[in-house]
Amino acid sequence: MLRLAVPILVAALGILPARAEVLTIYTYDSFIGDWGPGPAIEEAFEARCGCSIAWTAVEDAAVLLSRLRLEGTATRADVVLGLDTNLQAEAQAEGLVQAHGLDLDGLALPFDWSDPVFVPFDYGYFAIVYDSERVPAPPASLDALTSGEAEPKLIIQDPRTSTPGLGLMLWLKAVYGEDAGAAWKGLARRTLTVTPGWGEAYGLFLEGEAPMVLSYTTSPAYHRMVEGTDRYRAIIFPEGHYMQVEVAAMSAHTERAELARDFLAFIGEPGFQATIPTGNWMYPAIELGDALPEAFRTLPRPDRAILLPPEEVRRNRSAWTREWLDAMSAP
Amino acid sequence: MMVGHRPLLWPGLVALCALLGLAAAALAALLARAPALDPASVFDHYTLRVLRFTLMQAGLSTLISVAFALPVARALARRQRFRGRTLLLRLMGLPLVLPVIVAVFGIAAVWGRNGALNHGLQALGLESLGLTGIGPLYGLTGILIAHIFFNMPLAVRLLLPVWEAIPGETWRLASQLGMGSGAILRLIELPRLLPALPGAAILIFLLCFTSFAVVLTLGGGPAATTLEVAIYRAMRLEFDIPRAVTLGLLQVAICAGVALLLLRLAPTVPGAATGSAAESRMSARPDTTGPMGRLADCLWIATGSLWVLGPLVAIVVAGLTGPLVAVLARAEVWQAALRSVTIGLGAGLLAVTLGTLLLFTTHDLAVRSRRPRLADRLELAGSLTLVIPPVVLGAGLFVLLLPLVPVFDWALPLAATVNGLVATPYVLRLLGPVLRRSAERHDRLCASLGLAGLNRLRHLEWPGARPMLGSALALTSALATGDLAAIALFGTERDATLALLIFRALGSYRMDEAAVLSLLLVGLCLVVFIVIEGAARGRART
Repeated sequence: MLRLAVPILVAALGILPARAEVLTIYTYDSFIGDWGPGPAIEEAFEARCGCSIAWTAVEDAAVLLSRLRLEGTATRADVVLGLDTNLQAEAQAEGLVQAHGLDLDGLALPFDWSDPVFVPFDYGYFAIVYDSERVPAPPASLDALTSGEAEPKLIIQDPRTSTPGLGLMLWLKAVYGEDAGAAWKGLARRTLTVTPGWGEAYGLFLEGEAPMVLSYTTSPAYHRMVEGTDRYRAIIFPEGHYMQVEVAAMSAHTERAELARDFLAFIGEPGFQATIPTGNWMYPAIELGDALPEAFRTLPRPDRAILLPPEEVRRNRSAWTREWLDAMSAP
Repeated sequence: MMVGHRPLLWPGLVALCALLGLAAAALAALLARAPALDPASVFDHYTLRVLRFTLMQAGLSTLISVAFALPVARALARRQRFRGRTLLLRLMGLPLVLPVIVAVFGIAAVWGRNGALNHGLQALGLESLGLTGIGPLYGLTGILIAHIFFNMPLAVRLLLPVWEAIPGETWRLASQLGMGSGAILRLIELPRLLPALPGAAILIFLLCFTSFAVVLTLGGGPAATTLEVAIYRAMRLEFDIPRAVTLGLLQVAICAGVALLLLRLAPTVPGAATGSAAESRMSARPDTTGPMGRLADCLWIATGSLWVLGPLVAIVVAGLTGPLVAVLARAEVWQAALRSVTIGLGAGLLAVTLGTLLLFTTHDLAVRSRRPRLADRLELAGSLTLVIPPVVLGAGLFVLLLPLVPVFDWALPLAATVNGLVATPYVLRLLGPVLRRSAERHDRLCASLGLAGLNRLRHLEWPGARPMLGSALALTSALATGDLAAIALFGTERDATLALLIFRALGSYRMDEAAVLSLLLVGLCLVVFIVIEGAARGRART
């Protein structure tokens, strides 16, 4: 409590010296957990800025966006960290974020990034992760997965309540276009259950309820590094994999624009990026060289990465969700 | 009969203002930030389909939960003394207070494809006979199993006091008349049970109607979905506030309608509920000695216990096989546990206060002013906080308070408040019958003694209601201790509760750590239960 009370008191008295500023960062919950990247990032940034970071964490990226919209101009956020490209257009369209004015040349991503507002801080590929002890020969392609076979069973997430669920919806839309409805109907036969979030789905998968789950190509790295097992693997599909690119931005209503910009610049540095692989279990946004754990270097990578333009996602999300609902709930 | 008595209105009005006033203010604040609504866009084909399924699963869940609870509660009432009875009753309160995600893992561990039941059947070699388990857990079956897991024990806890309230003279009379089990059921038990059933059924129906994570996780897919999911979607992903609020009001209206219908169907048996809890233990009922009755009781108690304990044991086993020492050694975990208990106690006290205030007015109306229907309706109005979707209530309170207080530094008191509002209906259901009985029974005595106001409260209501007050406080506190929804809404910096730590561990692949934290949370809720209930009953005896 003291950590909170002191800065607030100081701010209230209006005697806040420039070098003891508080930078308020909004993010999602698992980012600042003990095992998440938050604590190390806080330490590294505070050591060089002479400021202190105050995190505000909500359940997930979708709630993060809702929170910003609810607060409007009254927000205390200086930096928003954890939206992804599928949500960023909405934040921008409603004037919740502002241009960073930074040069992002130092980033090393498998795609071109020149957005004036959002800074990508990590990325990953959605993938079907399977239990190799129970499924020796998993479906080799997206076509095989959506062919209408009933086994082996799969657990997915709801695009209305989770970002991986949304990712899978966009993945099938990007690959199948007009025929996405038919692909969903096929996938529905294989689907054991649709959970509200990633945690429920992955938990049920690890309990052996189904041998396949929607997750990330980087999930097996966790099992290899922390549990020392190769049992769980991601299937690489020839049709390509939809990406999740997580982004940060400066709040449109921040009073500490300079400090917020410093933090956004810090995102591109090793002090931030080195925490990503084993904190968030995603790929870092810069070349880490030897600092990238062995397990990540040997992970199989998709040949084709798919990412729909944020604006297209924003325009169509509602209609596509409706299409998903109709296909998945058809008798 | 008290002549010229003015109904005691102010406590109930205060409570209703706090409960519904705050909710209404929250909704208004939310709507003030949103553009106008096109009602036609809300009542589409999909909404209707969702509505039909929601009503169907909630109705079935309620029916089965209550039907299952009746014989279990009766068996527990007939067997007043056996080893572990008190502990069993406390364990029966636990499913309700588990975070849904923890309960779902426990249920899957028992009933799932890879669960204990299927493993057991395989081990017995029944697979070769074509018995490969109970079929798929996911779908309507899964929803029902989970809802009955949560609500059958709740129904038992709500109905058991009805038996405890049957006075000793009644049993002595039954025994003199040589009544058998069937006659006792027909002439003594049913007339008392029937008026208590609607209250219990309404509470369970409201809980199942608004169920969200259970329905999504175990429902199998979008074919099984509830109104609450539609509200979450509108609020969280589409940020369509008018739609969310409209659907929320629709949910409140439907729940109120169904509840009123249940109340109307209820037979009102005047004077049926008399007696107090303390007397019943004195005198045994005459029909409990036969071997058949004994066997049936044992079977029902065993079935009910297995139903509840199976998933709980699965949670305990998962927790014990996890990194127990490493997790428990972290100071952060214990700080979080302390915050959880603080929220729990705060919410429990608020709920008991609001519930008791409302009950003062409603039992006054029902007994002295002979307006039982009005009393029922006021109690129902007090129960509606349960069906206002937390995502709407939370967002509304947030918008309301944002200009007034530093919402971020107030996460714990706000979470306690939201939980207190949501938990008040439990207090109404648990405590209502006790207070009404005391009014029915002792009013004339009090009038002749001139016992009124605070004196009456101290000498009459307080001693009689104390054990049940303890139960209500224990249940509502434990309920809020395990809550995730409210605390997650307000954004918490580092002020994490145990439920939030579980959520974070799950988000970081640490399923084993989440299992240990879940075990700790279950243990904590049990301790909250035992300490509060024990304190209330212990002092009542002296």
